[in-house]
Amino acid sequence: MTRVHDMGGRFGDGAVTPEAEDVVFHADWHPRALALTLATGALGKWNIDVSRHTRECLGPADYARFSYYEKWIAGVADMLVARGVVSREELAGTADPTPSPLTEKTLKAPQVAGVLARGGPADRTSNIAAIFAPGDAVVTRKQPENTIVPGGHTRLPAYAAGARGRVLRLHGTHVLPDSNAHDLGEAPEPLYAVAFPASELWAHPEHPRDEVVLDLWQSYLEIP
Amino acid sequence: MDSRPRLGHSAPMPHDHSDHDHPHALLPPEPALRVKALETLLTRKGLIDPAALDEIIDTYENRIGPRNGAEVVARAWSDPDFRAALLKDATAVVAEMGFFGRQGEHVVAVENTDAMHNIVVCTLCSCYPWPLLGIPPGWYKSDAYRARVVREPRKVLAEFGVELSAETAVRVWDSTAEVRYLVIPQRPAGSEGLDVAALADLVTRDSMIGTGLAKAP
Repeated sequence: MTRVHDMGGRFGDGAVTPEAEDVVFHADWHPRALALTLATGALGKWNIDVSRHTRECLGPADYARFSYYEKWIAGVADMLVARGVVSREELAGTADPTPSPLTEKTLKAPQVAGVLARGGPADRTSNIAAIFAPGDAVVTRKQPENTIVPGGHTRLPAYAAGARGRVLRLHGTHVLPDSNAHDLGEAPEPLYAVAFPASELWAHPEHPRDEVVLDLWQSYLEIP
Repeated sequence: MDSRPRLGHSAPMPHDHSDHDHPHALLPPEPALRVKALETLLTRKGLIDPAALDEIIDTYENRIGPRNGAEVVARAWSDPDFRAALLKDATAVVAEMGFFGRQGEHVVAVENTDAMHNIVVCTLCSCYPWPLLGIPPGWYKSDAYRARVVREPRKVLAEFGVELSAETAVRVWDSTAEVRYLVIPQRPAGSEGLDVAALADLVTRDSMIGTGLAKAP
């Protein structure tokens, strides 16, 4: 089974509403929520996979009713408590904030440009050799689940589980989110772009030659 | 050092709670107040420099946006060698133009042709090439786009006013890893002779996501 965020292919959503290019944020608190998320990330207490998984662990009711940046703020609050950076009492406002031992890590304005420019590359050297090449047929594993941690993070969407596709390109070797999201190490392995015919994924594809491409780690793939 | 995951009982379990038990439920119910409360708490603990937040906001509100990607596309339209290099190794090519960093660490450019139209999505969250296109638009992050565009891309395109020929196949790229995709739209008819700056004006944000086409001159 999967989690509420894994919504690719789901029925029941309405029309997509285009918007003008000059709209960046829709409320004054949105940019604040974005900046707060990036700034707390710089404290180094979690990685991007932990942060994605935390948002995915929002209860389905919260996930559905929260707007985008509400999910981000909820995720930050949950991680700050889970990692012991703030206490539940501090968050609730029932205890006075105590000074943090992490303040050396606090992101200062002059450091922002450098931190954003560095980003967080995910490519790593790996001793796991690529076993597939562009053009090879592959099949994704049957269950779209983390095989290490029950209910854990994975980037194999349910709609592409157990599907047969072909490798388009090898991206190199990248950090494995299924491991990194649970503090189990980066476990880098080959990452591929894999193309699936729409007819392999959907009962009623719109066009016989349409395709969906996903980036998938080698351990998500099997030889058909 | 062995970086392989530990198995068995030592692997931490995800922590599932009822909505009420999540720490975020301790914050005020109103979103703007929730953000304010968190910022105030973290500032008092010395973990947030409000000036750093201002700097981050200024970066994404005013300095980084889809005009960056438009410059890349306009050059690709104008210079076949540049286009070939971009298709081969976009990360290096756009970095040379000054576009790199957070959410653009690994970039792949895909080109639209008469035979193939590309569209980008992130069904699992909201992955998007920030250094080239800025912060994603609301619809890109919406449930409707994430749920539908992989299954019925042509219906979604119609909602953007785009209709493709039956000769054109659609390829939807679901950004499931840290690779970010930039669509190179087709150069519009009648744009012959325009310089790179004039061409860039024809390149819309949506055309670089694949939900739009470049504007006619």
